[in-house]
Amino acid sequence: MALALNTKRGMVTAALVAPAVAWLFIFLVLPFIAMLVFSVGERAPEGGYQPAFTFAQFANLPARSAAFWNTLVLAPVGSLVCLVVAYPVAYYLAVRASPRYRLLLVSLVVVPFWTSLLVRTYAWMYLLGSRGIPHLLDMIGFEDVRILNTPGAVLLGIVYGYLPLMIMPIYVSLEKLDRRLLEASADLGAKPVSTFFSVTLPLSLPGVMTGLALVTILLLGEYLIPQLLGGGKVFFIGNALVDLFLQSRNWPFGSAIAVTLVVVVVFVLLIAMRIAWKIAGTRQVDLV
Amino acid sequence: MSKSYKENAPISVEQLTNELMRLKRGSVTRRHFLGVTGLGLASAVLAHETSLFSTPAFAEDLGKQMSIATWPNYHDPATFEAFTAATGVAVEVNVFGSNEEMLAKLQAGGTGWDLFVPTNYTISTYVKLGLIDPLDMAKVPNYNASTETARFTAEGVVDGTTYAVPKNWGTTGIALNSTKIKTPVTSWKDFFQVAQGEADGRVMVHDYQLTTIGNALVSLGYSFNSVKPEELAKAEELLIKVKPHLYAINSDYQPGMRAGDAWMTMCWTNDGAQLNRDVPEIKFVLGKDGGEIWSDFYAIPKSAANKPAGYALLNYLMDPANAVKEHIANGAPTTDSRVLSLLPKEVTSNTIVYPPEAELTPLEFGAAVTLTDPARAEVMARFKSA
Repeated sequence: MALALNTKRGMVTAALVAPAVAWLFIFLVLPFIAMLVFSVGERAPEGGYQPAFTFAQFANLPARSAAFWNTLVLAPVGSLVCLVVAYPVAYYLAVRASPRYRLLLVSLVVVPFWTSLLVRTYAWMYLLGSRGIPHLLDMIGFEDVRILNTPGAVLLGIVYGYLPLMIMPIYVSLEKLDRRLLEASADLGAKPVSTFFSVTLPLSLPGVMTGLALVTILLLGEYLIPQLLGGGKVFFIGNALVDLFLQSRNWPFGSAIAVTLVVVVVFVLLIAMRIAWKIAGTRQVDLV
Repeated sequence: MSKSYKENAPISVEQLTNELMRLKRGSVTRRHFLGVTGLGLASAVLAHETSLFSTPAFAEDLGKQMSIATWPNYHDPATFEAFTAATGVAVEVNVFGSNEEMLAKLQAGGTGWDLFVPTNYTISTYVKLGLIDPLDMAKVPNYNASTETARFTAEGVVDGTTYAVPKNWGTTGIALNSTKIKTPVTSWKDFFQVAQGEADGRVMVHDYQLTTIGNALVSLGYSFNSVKPEELAKAEELLIKVKPHLYAINSDYQPGMRAGDAWMTMCWTNDGAQLNRDVPEIKFVLGKDGGEIWSDFYAIPKSAANKPAGYALLNYLMDPANAVKEHIANGAPTTDSRVLSLLPKEVTSNTIVYPPEAELTPLEFGAAVTLTDPARAEVMARFKSA
């Protein structure tokens, strides 16, 4: 009887999990295997893939070292700038904002996600172009200010685009913060600043690490923002991949770069988790 | 006209909305924008539903739906609406960023296109890879080889078999804002010099190896199509030297030129005609040292799902009465003398669209190898990542 129940439960569980497993297998595992196979192949004379077994594509990775370097600099720098901007917002939302308006304010952070990032980034092109903000600056005497198609514009676009992804995890970890700890800290004579650095910040670090990992990983694959706001002069791995698949049609080399990028992402994720575990002193850290 | 006042004003809500709608329709200039969306394909289904009662009898054979792959700003939407009204077949328009991208999609399979618009230098590659069908000319009675200009039709015929028929031709020249740039620019050599001088920070080159490397080669006195390592190395050196002075590496140059952010760009004929029509101080010149002349074709993929509809639309577009409307909408010059005779004089006398023959003499058609050469792709990647 009990056994039958267990079998039944097992079947129900399997049935519930099956769609997700099938989905991941077909759209994640299989493509990744295809990518591995392509990455040891050769480019056919007219482009595409022809079967081979060679590591020549991986040996050729230094040909895109500039793209790797740009990406590996941009991703941590971009996510750190995001963090600096996001933390005060998350703190205000979780700790300072009146509970009456909190839900409204949090939803304001999320609302921009209802519009595609592509459209919002395109809007930035007009804001930063010479008929946008530079025109306003011109009216108050700052002439010939150029913002669009500079690395600064790319950084601005990145912070704008990824800010909600940084705010939300920090907000969640600050919201769970036990206010009595803050009171205890004050009772024991700590000034607000030292309370922040010795109580609030350490307790919110899991959220900070989650945000950093999330934004860094997404930035490693970033393509759109540098293309639109950097004028195509700023070249990242994402841009290299698009060119290799859609322009020169060198699928094997593109696959080798993609495999390498996946390895780098996994590596970044592992480091982030290690640090998060260490800080939280536990192995139960939710990364999202 | 209040245009000059508006030119300098910050973008209005209305303008932004228009731009976004333009973006939504996939009509932002040719090769760039949809490349930017990554796996880049914007589809606009024109006239999904057709009335049950107005469907003509032959619609059954053609099905209800077909798909065309083409370039942005390249057709009059009314043409497809009229085709749908006449046949009952709804036309899905897929807009592309580059020939490479079209080729990549067809190579990968499963596009569902029934008709597409490849450029001259790609056709032999499509034939070699077995991706396109020979055309059954009996199904395209509106096409008349004897009224076509031979130099624009030649590459549609491979080993005596017609695989593609021409849509229109054009050139790749220089668009420049004459109120901003006072140095005369008449060649690609001038283009790259002015880019590092008077127009520092204001010049755009295509995000497209064929034209960007090709024009750099021309400026150095080499062939547009060169794949010689030592010549490519010189072109690479020039491009990397010019790069810090560029405004952008981007094939979507119309917005930058219109806004005045960019003063000079590599430019295709039809964009040049559109820019000059709307902003008269933007001039279009051809390099006297050379550059590219091209023609775009219509072809039917081997994998087409609805070939009868593909042929029906092709035949419809080959009707001079329809082709003339297309010409007026997109601005690219025709290859067909029947269409030429129907055009209004202000179009045929426009020297951007129909330049004097002597200006075309130094231009070269892109070659198949220029598109597929891996060394050129690597030069472009090094230029972009420099």
